[in-house]
Amino acid sequence: MLWYTGKRLLQMIPVFFGATFLIYFMVFSLPGDPIAALFGDHPPSPAVIEQIRAEYNLDEPFFVQYLIYIGGFFQGDLGTTYSGRAVSDVMAAAFPITARLALLALAMEAVAGIFVGLVAGLRKGKFFDASALVVSLLLISVPTFVIGFVLQYVFAINLGWARTTVSGAAPWSELILPALVLASVSFAYIVRLTRASVSDNLSADFVRTATAKGLSRPRVVTVHVLRNSLVPVVTFLGVDLGSLMVGAIVTEGIFNINGVGGTVFKAIRLGEGPTVVSFIAVMVVIFVVANLLVDLLYAALDPRIRYAK
Amino acid sequence: MTETVTETVGQNTNGAHTPLLQITNLEVGFQTQRGLVPAVRGVSLSLYAGQTLAIVGESGSGKTTTAQAIINLLAGTGKITAGEILFEGRDLTQLSANEMQAVRGRQIGYVPQDPMSNLNPVWNIGYQVEEAIKSNSGLRGRDARQRTIEVLKEAGLSDAEDRLKQFPHQFSGGMRQRVLIGIGLSARPKLLIADEPTSALDVTVQRQILDHLATLTRDYGTSVLFITHDLGLAAERAEQLVVMYQGKVVESGPSQEILADPQHPYTQRLVAAAPSLASRRIQAKKNEDAAAPAIFSAGGTDTALIRRATDRELAASGTDLISVVGITKMYRIRKSGLKYDELLAVNDVSFGVKKGTTTAIVGESGSGKSTVAKLILQLENTTSGRIEFDGRDLAGLKGRELLNFRRRVQPVFQDPYGSLDPQYNVGNTIAEPLLAHKVGSSKERQKRVLELLDQVSLPAATQFRYPSELSGGQRQRIAIARALALKPDVLVLDEAVSALDVLVQGQILNLLTELQSELGLTYLFITHDLAVVRLVADNVCVMQKGRIVEAASTDDVFDNPRELYTQELLAAIPGAHFEFGR
Repeated sequence: MLWYTGKRLLQMIPVFFGATFLIYFMVFSLPGDPIAALFGDHPPSPAVIEQIRAEYNLDEPFFVQYLIYIGGFFQGDLGTTYSGRAVSDVMAAAFPITARLALLALAMEAVAGIFVGLVAGLRKGKFFDASALVVSLLLISVPTFVIGFVLQYVFAINLGWARTTVSGAAPWSELILPALVLASVSFAYIVRLTRASVSDNLSADFVRTATAKGLSRPRVVTVHVLRNSLVPVVTFLGVDLGSLMVGAIVTEGIFNINGVGGTVFKAIRLGEGPTVVSFIAVMVVIFVVANLLVDLLYAALDPRIRYAK
Repeated sequence: MTETVTETVGQNTNGAHTPLLQITNLEVGFQTQRGLVPAVRGVSLSLYAGQTLAIVGESGSGKTTTAQAIINLLAGTGKITAGEILFEGRDLTQLSANEMQAVRGRQIGYVPQDPMSNLNPVWNIGYQVEEAIKSNSGLRGRDARQRTIEVLKEAGLSDAEDRLKQFPHQFSGGMRQRVLIGIGLSARPKLLIADEPTSALDVTVQRQILDHLATLTRDYGTSVLFITHDLGLAAERAEQLVVMYQGKVVESGPSQEILADPQHPYTQRLVAAAPSLASRRIQAKKNEDAAAPAIFSAGGTDTALIRRATDRELAASGTDLISVVGITKMYRIRKSGLKYDELLAVNDVSFGVKKGTTTAIVGESGSGKSTVAKLILQLENTTSGRIEFDGRDLAGLKGRELLNFRRRVQPVFQDPYGSLDPQYNVGNTIAEPLLAHKVGSSKERQKRVLELLDQVSLPAATQFRYPSELSGGQRQRIAIARALALKPDVLVLDEAVSALDVLVQGQILNLLTELQSELGLTYLFITHDLAVVRLVADNVCVMQKGRIVEAASTDDVFDNPRELYTQELLAAIPGAHFEFGR
């Protein structure tokens, strides 16, 4: 197990260099001159532009720029944005907010999704099951911003239970509503996954044998049906954790949250190579670690899966 | 064997007058979109304390449904629609869910059919046994753990302590079945329902397990309701027999009487079709009455027998069509890091197959018999040794030559469900090899498909149907038709009849024998079932742990088995020593 984990972590190295290199190259190849764009219609003197370009190493060839960036990266210097802020400061502001939002959303969708999915699977074909299917289909087909606006209107404006926008520090309580929006679509998928998996496992031979052993129904369901049904759900949750951590531009936009999604979006528009690449590098690490976590959880849930090699 | 019968009768009259289990006019149906489909139609039976009763029938006869109805384990939409099930005078059909829960495990134990799928793969063995013990007795903590070890030891797992933390996938099928038997008997129930407890196991393992089960139930005084499709097994293991057909009991009584003198036509067919050591090789009599070849009857076919035997001897005088010389197959099993374990699946195997004959390769699972088939089919490469087909070395066959070889040697596999593409209709399935080898025009191929369907005795309309609409026997006929499409010389039949019911098995074996004499085919027959070997093979190679331990003509092997292993295999055939009434 340790060997496996170590091997997987080692795999991160090529993935890290590949991803940062590609992203740096893409930002470099974006059309337009980022410095000229900074000044709009009133460009400064060519000497000033040259000075700024030299400051950000924009006068160097691409490979040199990349190497300078990577060199700095390993010394803890992630570069500065064009507005002069250290990229590390920007990240320190954005990531905690996104992390809080992601964890809230993940907890909501996991708890509610597995519960509803389990009950629907146990009552297949009954009223609860049918309604769960309809609701989940609705959540999957309605775009996020519509759900966002509707919840904002109902809970913040009509009922006054929450604020329409999130303040700068983004405390947990203010993030509940956006997390609900973020969780809604994944919730629908989890309900469907759990339901299908539970109804599959219900007809498994070992469940019948468990009943024949004289176990009570609740015990059969929790011990022999639920645990077996969680394997596909855990995969989904792991992938979802990854995508939640890299930010949600739409939801962040609706609730005015200064999270990762919006920050990266802005940086791409400005052509800020170091900012974009630093964020992406962290995201890559988060994705790889999330996937590793899923694989390890897999082995914990299903002993047939062992990562000896 | 009459003593057994009198003994049970004596028990009944002396001991309890009321049966332990009495089922009266039981009817069970399954709710489908087309209404209630009856599966059990008015079944009545009684089982007395300490007795063993077997319900015999083919798949779909309602035997398993009857057993499951007793402790209300019916799948999905199944429902008891009429009748009563008296267990110690209490009607089980009237119990509430909680009352039934108290009966299950504690008073009526259950041993399921397939040991592979009946243990939860994600919990360790100890946990799964212990939870049964905890729920059926007041034992907790260390006592429960102690009892778990006891139960497993009684079930025949001597190293139970060390194995508690292991998971089902680390156990062999036989060991898993022992665990399930342990669970079923853990609360010392008065009745044990054993639903085909050994059908998924090798014949020698089956024997050990059943012997053990018999000892345990005798010691505990447990009554056993034994469900099986195997008449020989039922006769050997149960005093009383109930034969079911299409949801009804067609015959019941003491086992020996039914076997010796079956009354109902279905039982007669079942008895006649049961392959045993007393059978002789099937002889196709195409000239006499090809429409209804009296296959299993031993007498009356002497002339055909003699003629066929001389035919085969004539053929046998020629050179080998397939000759296998000292082949070895080594698999490398990857271990942690860069290390490998070497597994010798086939070890220095040599034999020859003459044209027009049937050679059977027999052995338990893991003996390497299927690997030999794969090597001959050139689906895998030999590690060393030589395989010759029609005088040519198969090693180094490439491209066109390999394709030509494949045309002449075709396989038929075990699972008629898995080896047909469910999205392809039967006509396309049979025509596919013709297409792959670019044989004939579309019209000619169509004609050949009809010809092949006729050869395997299926109506022409079958070509438009899909595998899911056909029975197992029909599917296996299609698999055979597909294999014959290219007019091969050799069929490699890898457990081709093992998954089939005994009656269907008989039909397919007849078909194969007829085709052999019609088309002059050579068969390589891979099987674990010696009784089948007796019916079809001319020569037998017995394999054990990758080696051929005995090779001789079928009659030699059956009449004078030289090796201890062969003798064990023969002794393990259920019902081997009964004289079936035929």
